[in-house]
Amino acid sequence: MVKTTENKHQFDILKHELVPHHEILSDEEKKQLIEKYNLTPDQLPKILDSDPVSVSIGAKPGQIVKIIRKSHTAKEAVAYRLVVESN
Amino acid sequence: MTAEKTINKKKKIAKNKKTVMDEKKKKETKKTMVAESKTEQKKKKIVTEEENRGITVFPILLDEKEPGEHKKIRQKINKILKNRFLPPAIIDKIIAKVAGDKRLEEKLEIIIDKTWAEYSKNLIDPTEACGMVSAQSIGEPGTQMTMRTFHYAGVAEINVTLGLPRLIEIVDARSTPSTPMMNIYLKDEYRVNPELAKEIANQIEITKLIDVADIEMDLTNMIIYIKLNKKTIEKKGLKADDILESIKSIRKIDAKLEKDVIKVTLDEPGYKNLQTINEMLKNLKIKGIDGIKRVIIRKEPNEGYVIYSEGSNFKKVLEIEGVDPYRTTTNDIHAVAKELGIEAARNMIIQEAYNTLLEQGLNVDMRHIMLVADVMTADGTVRAIGRHGVSGEKSSVLSRAAFEITVNHLLLASQRGEKDDLNGVAENIIVGQPINLGTGAVELIMKHSKRMGETTSAEKE
Repeated sequence: MVKTTENKHQFDILKHELVPHHEILSDEEKKQLIEKYNLTPDQLPKILDSDPVSVSIGAKPGQIVKIIRKSHTAKEAVAYRLVVESN
Repeated sequence: MTAEKTINKKKKIAKNKKTVMDEKKKKETKKTMVAESKTEQKKKKIVTEEENRGITVFPILLDEKEPGEHKKIRQKINKILKNRFLPPAIIDKIIAKVAGDKRLEEKLEIIIDKTWAEYSKNLIDPTEACGMVSAQSIGEPGTQMTMRTFHYAGVAEINVTLGLPRLIEIVDARSTPSTPMMNIYLKDEYRVNPELAKEIANQIEITKLIDVADIEMDLTNMIIYIKLNKKTIEKKGLKADDILESIKSIRKIDAKLEKDVIKVTLDEPGYKNLQTINEMLKNLKIKGIDGIKRVIIRKEPNEGYVIYSEGSNFKKVLEIEGVDPYRTTTNDIHAVAKELGIEAARNMIIQEAYNTLLEQGLNVDMRHIMLVADVMTADGTVRAIGRHGVSGEKSSVLSRAAFEITVNHLLLASQRGEKDDLNGVAENIIVGQPINLGTGAVELIMKHSKRMGETTSAEKE
């Protein structure tokens, strides 16, 4: 019969080729980022705390996630997303 | 980070090397962090426009295979650049040219300076209406797209919506695409061995009872005979007992296996009952994954066997043994968002939209599509562009009214007593003010404290 793996997430979604590198910013880094771009955190794009990636890296609402995308034009590009609560 | 660590620990034995690499990566990022904080401190002393830009040292995700000579040049370039920013793709190109050429290497400083000057010149200007440019750049070639095309460039047997309908589908963020499809990649031993690939295909493709047997109704005795087709059963890797088991899962019937015929009797005989049971038996799923109608196995160069499927069930397929979960994709963007997160959905939107346009021979710059994908995924969920998505959720009343269903929006807004701050484009045009874009966004203020001769460079505010 069909062999399904017992654990739902036995594979690490962070290693899927569609998922770029995510990391949570420390408070210090967060402060620097806000200062550097002169912005308020809610002006950043959002990522839900229920997002599979947020769940697997353990991001909590209010934190900022740094995303290092593989870009077709620049090879590597950095983006930031604010973790928000999903409703 | 901690979650990543625990996952790494679990897979320690198999992926020892990987963890080492991860550790290295972490160290590297820490280094860059330190570098950042140092430059940060310097910046506070002399803050100029130019030095404010980009302080992260690229590439962040290090390429382990990079030859030593290239690394040296990269370090040199980063030294010359200091706080100026150049995309890693451009730096790579410079390195490729300069490497092995001593004369060029001596002139590296001039090269970098000139490249940076040219790069800064080509950056989009502040307050430029980049969304408008994107809309036009995608829309204009879009007029030349074929209205309806149903074929797929690689796999002739599977019909896939392409052209304008597909593009509309992507931008509208429909919950399911009209022709869902998956590219299922296989793990090492499965992708070289046709037998194993076939086995996986059988596990994925949905098999109904009608596909492997002839179903006959005996109306006088109220019995249904299921004559199993031995050859097809063998082909699909099934057993008669398995089929009997799944038939028995239907309620209020009894089934018995006699040689190659399954005899089904009803608990409550009746003509109508017999008809409904007959229909149920026909559509009974024996094997496979819900939603996947058909699979095709093809041998791709440099890859081995790849399974293409009509219909999509991302979650279930990824769980199957032998499927490579790290490369398998689906064209169902919502499924990608649900399983892999919003960034993966963004990548999928870009990929799908770009390939749809490219397939029609339209070369739209990827940056325009990236912008569309960024807007669609900005709030953490995949939203449509248009009435039900981005445009319909604008905060400004006048802007929404200008888009569609004018009267409804104005009426509702007046009922609620909404306020409009006149920040957007449409609102300002309605009231007859300069818009907040381009030259309209800039105001010039002269500093009174400075004397005439010194105020030639007016400050922007």
